[in-house]
Amino acid sequence: MNTDNIPKSLKTFPREKAFYFFTSIGNYTGVSAASLKEFVEKINEVNVKSLEFHLYRGDFEKWIGETLEDKELAEDIRKLQKISLTGDALRNQLSMTISKRVKRLTGQPYPTQF
Amino acid sequence: MKIKNDALTLDATDLKILKALQEDARQTYANIGKRLGIAHSTVYDRLRKMERHGIIKQYTAVVDGEKAGLKSITALMTIYTDPKESERVAEELSKTPKVLEVYASLSEELLIIAKVVAENQEGLHAFIANSVAPLPGVLRIRTSIVTKKFKETPFSISNDADKLHL
Repeated sequence: MNTDNIPKSLKTFPREKAFYFFTSIGNYTGVSAASLKEFVEKINEVNVKSLEFHLYRGDFEKWIGETLEDKELAEDIRKLQKISLTGDALRNQLSMTISKRVKRLTGQPYPTQF
Repeated sequence: MKIKNDALTLDATDLKILKALQEDARQTYANIGKRLGIAHSTVYDRLRKMERHGIIKQYTAVVDGEKAGLKSITALMTIYTDPKESERVAEELSKTPKVLEVYASLSEELLIIAKVVAENQEGLHAFIANSVAPLPGVLRIRTSIVTKKFKETPFSISNDADKLHL
């Protein structure tokens, strides 16, 4: 399959570029995501403490902006920091924001299998 | 008492030389010989023999990082691993200068325990997130940052002195 037409943010990345979910400094949950699609799935299942830890450190924004190179989504995530959500409200908001972006990207004439 | 190490058998004199050296590695062969009542050439010969057999691994300085003004933090990582990959994880960690010690432990699960130093908490987190978590076979990691050190000593012949009747 020719993957040249797939937006970078929909590609699957190697292990060393994946996102690793921690709950605090040095405490890795065992959950990781190597693509945006996987990322949204993991957001719905990982310990909510991990979401709070990463959001307010700017880790999500950094990974999405620098690795996935999706500046628009990175900006949307950055805005979530200002709302100061916690717990499941944060989980739902993150999930909704990213799912919306995935739908927009896959709704374009790009292959949906990635 | 004699201790066997592959082809080399250590006797009480060897152990006494090692003990003296661990107390002060900078003392002369003559000084050690005088303390033990043996010729300095005997001390020399036995030390060379123990170096050749890898019993003496190196002569080094033990530095107090705090007093030397080196700012760093120490942490103990417990890494839960897939048993098939644990040895490879331990080997990879062992190659990293930031990792000072690596052990395998079999409790309820197979664990790798490693002592790591970093410049600060951010550096520690970046190292674990970028270099440890991505290693194949790493299932999860628990890290404890050391806040106070009560004791730290390298292995010493003196630890076993009673058993060895030195």
